[in-house]
Amino acid sequence: MQSGVTLRRTALYETHRRMGARMTSFAGFEMPVHYMGIIEEHIVVRTAVGVFDVSHMGKIRFRGPGSPSFVDRVFTNRTQAMGPGRAQYNLMLNDEGGILDDLVLYRLSQDGWLAVVNAATTDRDYAWLRAHAPASVEVTDCSAETALLAVQGPRAVDVLGALVPVDLQAVPYYHFVETRLDDIPVLCSRTGYTGEDGFEVFCPAEAVGQVWDRILEAGQRWGIRPCGLGARDTLRLEAGMLLYGQDMDEQTNPFEVGLAGVVKMDKADFIGKAALEKVWRGGLRRRLVGFEMTDAGLPRSGYSVLGEGHEPIGRVTSGTFAPYLKKAIGLALIQMPYEASRLWVDIRQSLREARVVPLPFYRRSRVA
Amino acid sequence: MKYPESYRYTREHEWIHLQGDVGTVGITHYAQEQLGDIVYIELPAVGQTFRQLQAFGTVESIKTAADLYMPMSGEVVEVNQEVVNHPEIINQSPHERGWLIRIRVHDPSEFDRLMSGQEYEAYVEQSS
Repeated sequence: MQSGVTLRRTALYETHRRMGARMTSFAGFEMPVHYMGIIEEHIVVRTAVGVFDVSHMGKIRFRGPGSPSFVDRVFTNRTQAMGPGRAQYNLMLNDEGGILDDLVLYRLSQDGWLAVVNAATTDRDYAWLRAHAPASVEVTDCSAETALLAVQGPRAVDVLGALVPVDLQAVPYYHFVETRLDDIPVLCSRTGYTGEDGFEVFCPAEAVGQVWDRILEAGQRWGIRPCGLGARDTLRLEAGMLLYGQDMDEQTNPFEVGLAGVVKMDKADFIGKAALEKVWRGGLRRRLVGFEMTDAGLPRSGYSVLGEGHEPIGRVTSGTFAPYLKKAIGLALIQMPYEASRLWVDIRQSLREARVVPLPFYRRSRVA
Repeated sequence: MKYPESYRYTREHEWIHLQGDVGTVGITHYAQEQLGDIVYIELPAVGQTFRQLQAFGTVESIKTAADLYMPMSGEVVEVNQEVVNHPEIINQSPHERGWLIRIRVHDPSEFDRLMSGQEYEAYVEQSS
């Protein structure tokens, strides 16, 4: 345990303790790592439905007439194509093209937006965004007063659909609706970080206890389980999703981590664009690849990666045992060019073989 | 009794159950609880010898990896292949079906230098 560090808690902290969660410190918060066990929670999300408290995530609002051009300049994706009710995955870069954060941007209205950013980077993002905002844009950090629950899994739409007076089945992926659950204003967004269908539910922090209870109650018939950050991490990695601070950071650019798709180089301008043009012309020096172990052993973040001739070529950025695929998998940032299909992972002074595989490791089958 | 009184325990959370000069070795309930879901275990081959408190293998959960330490000096005479193939057994039954290896002990007097069940229980209560 860290000493001398006061961990923050979400509004559900007492509920987590009462329900038997094992707590851990994550990004300055005391959060549930698991309730029953990571594997069981992982499988329940792949096959039924689970609910996560992710209220630690940062939430930053932008308002004002200058906000459409502001978000288009500080974020990399084509935000002007979004109408109100749309969500979009985005990156925020520094002037050198390094990744400051990854986030989901919501367009609430013509000139109202919400960005959901990583907990560990919220303060830094907020300061950066304020420093870059013109007078016509008001930037507010509403992280503490806004709770966020992730209801994830093939049954998520049924569970949440039973609680709100709107047809959630009709809400497409990366769209959201604002509605009420009982008398509580909620924003239900068809997004997530698990590779499954599901919703993320925003509500006022003071009402989250009731929303949490109602979701668990409605989910009973589908075997809903409360889940912790442990399963959230194995689920996202199995689905090939990156974790900021591990798989990418200020030292990496979007191209090397496979996120070129959310960087619109044909936009008029955005912070980091000029630097990325240079990067693009110079060619990629590194690349993030997925691998699965063919030898025994579990890869973990920070382990060295070696090439066919045992020459050092990079490091593991994320690694785990994938509970649904039942394989040891990982992401590695390796030097380019590297054409071989095999590599070696140094697992505690022992070289173990792995093969490079396409991402994602797991893709859900979409029915209808 | 959560920790069998006839077993002896290390500060690193292994147990040994001695029958004659053969000791069965595993990790404790507390250890498996701290580790969470165990997904991988690496154990030595039969015939290898280790000193008391020498590392003899590794256990990995989703969260973390931990070294395994010999409760007593000895030679490995049997490896539990069932836990190698199904490491979750260690979570389910750490003190019985989840045993890891059997050793022929070199020095039975080492047994008495380990903690009893009661001592171990007090020890883990202190550390949690």
